[in-house]
Amino acid sequence: MAAGTFSRRDMLKASGAAAMTVFASPLRAAAPEPTAITPALIDAATKEGKVIFYTSIDLPISEKIAKAFEAKYPGIAVRVERTGAERVFQRIGQEYASNIHAVDVVNSSDASHFIVWRRDGLLAPFVPEDVAKHYPADQKDADGLFAGFRAGLSVIGYNTNLVKAADAPTSFADLLEPKWAGKMVKAHPGYSGTIMTATYEMSRDLGWGYFEKLAKQRVMQVQSSADPPKKLALGERAVMADGNEYSMFQIKESGGPVEIVYPPEGTPLIVGPNGIFKAAPNPNAARLFQCFCFTAECQQLVSDFGGLRSFHPDVKEKPGRKPFRDIKVMTEDAAAVEKNAEAIRAHYTKLFRV
Amino acid sequence: MALVVPAPAPRLPFRFDLSWPILIGFAAALCMLILLPLSWLVYYSFHDRAGGFTLANFAQLVTDPTFLDPLITTVILATSSAIICCVVAAPMGWLVARTDMPLRRTVRALVTASFVTPPFLGAIAWELLAAPNSGLLNQAFRAITGAEQDEYLFDIYSLPGLIFVIACYTFPYVFVLVANALDRIPGDLEDASSILGASVWTTARRVTVPLAMPAVLAGALIAFLQAMTLFGSPAILALPAGFHTMTTKIWSLFQYPPNPELAAAASLPLLVLTILLLRAESFVLGRRGYSVVGGRQGNPRLVSLGRWKWAALAVVFIVLLNPVFLPYGALLNAAFSPVASQFVSLGTLTLHNVEFVFFELSATKLAFENTLILCTAAATIGTVMAVVIAYMTARKAIAWHKALGFLATAPVAVPGIVLGVGLFLSYTRPPFVLYGTLWILLIAFVTIALPSAYQQLYSAFRVVNPDLEEASRILGATRLGTLARITAPLLRTSVIATWCFIFVGVIRELSAAIMLFTSETKVISVLIFDLNESGDLGAIAVLGLIMLIVTFAVVVLINRIPGFGGVRLRNT
Repeated sequence: MAAGTFSRRDMLKASGAAAMTVFASPLRAAAPEPTAITPALIDAATKEGKVIFYTSIDLPISEKIAKAFEAKYPGIAVRVERTGAERVFQRIGQEYASNIHAVDVVNSSDASHFIVWRRDGLLAPFVPEDVAKHYPADQKDADGLFAGFRAGLSVIGYNTNLVKAADAPTSFADLLEPKWAGKMVKAHPGYSGTIMTATYEMSRDLGWGYFEKLAKQRVMQVQSSADPPKKLALGERAVMADGNEYSMFQIKESGGPVEIVYPPEGTPLIVGPNGIFKAAPNPNAARLFQCFCFTAECQQLVSDFGGLRSFHPDVKEKPGRKPFRDIKVMTEDAAAVEKNAEAIRAHYTKLFRV
Repeated sequence: MALVVPAPAPRLPFRFDLSWPILIGFAAALCMLILLPLSWLVYYSFHDRAGGFTLANFAQLVTDPTFLDPLITTVILATSSAIICCVVAAPMGWLVARTDMPLRRTVRALVTASFVTPPFLGAIAWELLAAPNSGLLNQAFRAITGAEQDEYLFDIYSLPGLIFVIACYTFPYVFVLVANALDRIPGDLEDASSILGASVWTTARRVTVPLAMPAVLAGALIAFLQAMTLFGSPAILALPAGFHTMTTKIWSLFQYPPNPELAAAASLPLLVLTILLLRAESFVLGRRGYSVVGGRQGNPRLVSLGRWKWAALAVVFIVLLNPVFLPYGALLNAAFSPVASQFVSLGTLTLHNVEFVFFELSATKLAFENTLILCTAAATIGTVMAVVIAYMTARKAIAWHKALGFLATAPVAVPGIVLGVGLFLSYTRPPFVLYGTLWILLIAFVTIALPSAYQQLYSAFRVVNPDLEEASRILGATRLGTLARITAPLLRTSVIATWCFIFVGVIRELSAAIMLFTSETKVISVLIFDLNESGDLGAIAVLGLIMLIVTFAVVVLINRIPGFGGVRLRNT
């Protein structure tokens, strides 16, 4: 894998995306010709009648994407299989080991999974027209096996009923103060790809010492990175040590008492690519769905309704949200996550005891 | 029930009796069902990834604190829940079976309701009630006492919290055993005691309690085993509380990269402990069970509680708040509230969660279909198997019938998650590749249901006099023909009760299903578990309530079918 190339200008161009090494691999083979959504493709997909989408995107959003697709292409049902990215990865591994080919399209918030799937030769090369035309070079795989469907951040947050803005933590370092002991909720890298990626970035940039101290703060441990925002909204904990920015947007914009904090140390960046499996049971529906996912229409939905960040240059960010380019992010490094995943899980389990 | 004369086998040379091959087939199927997964489990636990023999898995188990801690936690958990269950359920069983407390039938029905409530659903409901900050009970506590923001009455995310929730859904086992035993104990002995001048309490202390003791002990053991092998409640509550139990630890070993060898090794202590405890149980019961050999000699006399009967009823209802009223209330509230931690009012009532589950959640339909198919199939196949095996053992129809009875009871010793691991190891490799189909789940569910189904029907067979069967056989019918036309109809009520029992058991099964499902073979319990991962409490509440409605509907409907009546869910 090539070393990380981080260019601030690219990021600005791509409506604020950061570069990731997983996409920055040198051109080895030509990606296939881009595919447009043609009547022939729609026909073939409609004949198959369904598409199976494994994803870790929070259910309300992934089902929204599914419903938008079904409305646009009647006769093709989308079945969403949603669990944490690490469990999606395990599920696919377990199914493929038993020769069960159930998944058509996958989306994972742990980009390192695509390195494994590529190495195992499981992904089908396919480039939607929108990806070829509009997506920045560092967001598409050189072989056309996958492209960056979404970007998300793992942020700090607090419940505005329980914490006054003036008292709220402003940085990761603040979370280690004794006053937050027993008041924080946090997701788990063994289940969530977002947190796996974030844990790597934070252990690299802040050191494991940060987690050692955090583990002594009696944090409430949940699984998915979509859960801490919900626990905040319930009022179960006052502060979340990590969790999805996009879930926070959804809760906040529908009137929930939550507020986001972007730590000055940098906010972990997580890119969730989309790919099609070679052995997909519904190959044409998979292609159509993959094309749809990268259209400006779907990306706008993912941004507006979902609160996720998009790499499509035509997507307008919703007013009131902090623009992506103004946020200091930590560099993503999928190759390093892939190499260290097992060690990260073991170290984390040792510290947090679960 | 006396008369067990080996039936004289009629020799009718012109007619081929299919009974023998079928009976042998059943015996073979049983071996497959139980011995195959357990053999793979043992094989894996002694091998490393490359397939070489090793003891390293066990060495890691006893030296690595990440395994020792869960083991200790599990033992504490199981012991405490068993004690709580006995302390609460045994007096309740006595009140219902032996006193004039009002509403005794209602109390039995409510205990049945807590028995059919899936433990994982109960755990989620208790999260809604007693999470330290957002729990409805803690909110009410703060509102009433004016306590500070951080103060709370209950913390469900703790070891005592988990013990409490497990006890809530385990105590019916003790209750049913004690109540049934007291139902059966003849009143004569107690009458004799009072005639001789003993007070009510002396009679209770010197006669009733000793007679009920074997049932209480048996109940304690079952409660211990249930708590030890439970997966659902710990999986919901232990992670936020910051610890693992053995079952959640075994499950976590299937995270990527999966470590089935270590999981198999970690399963064996549960298996060994279960077998030891069951041996202890039969030892205890075997020694003391003779005291009620007399059978039914008239109905037991009810102890008059006088004015205490209302106090007793109040206490019983306070106990039943915990497994039934409060959790169901919390689920109802969460189903129709915009935020699960807010008390719903007419102004805030929303159908959003219902809409989401039925019209947006794309996994709902498939999960319901799979669940219903599996419940019906497992209940039917399980009942048929249990009838045939119970017949063979009760009538000593074949040599080795004792072994057959042992095999049918053996799965009791296999915790659901261990069976899940064993089946996963067995059926993901040739010659039987069943993973990814509903078959593997069906096998798991039938295996799990078989012991209690068999026990229920075995005791039913024991009270049916073999005369009628012998008449049928003498007139030339085959064994199976007799079973189908004479014996089974006689046992109709028990057979239907068994069917219901399996159906309800399968709906609430999670621990084996979580190891064996694929996206195409997802069931409702797994769907709820997945929703819990991302904290979608509203959707869980809706699905959970539907699950409960289906469960109760099945139980009630079967009771209402003319001629079927009188079915009571009983766990022998």
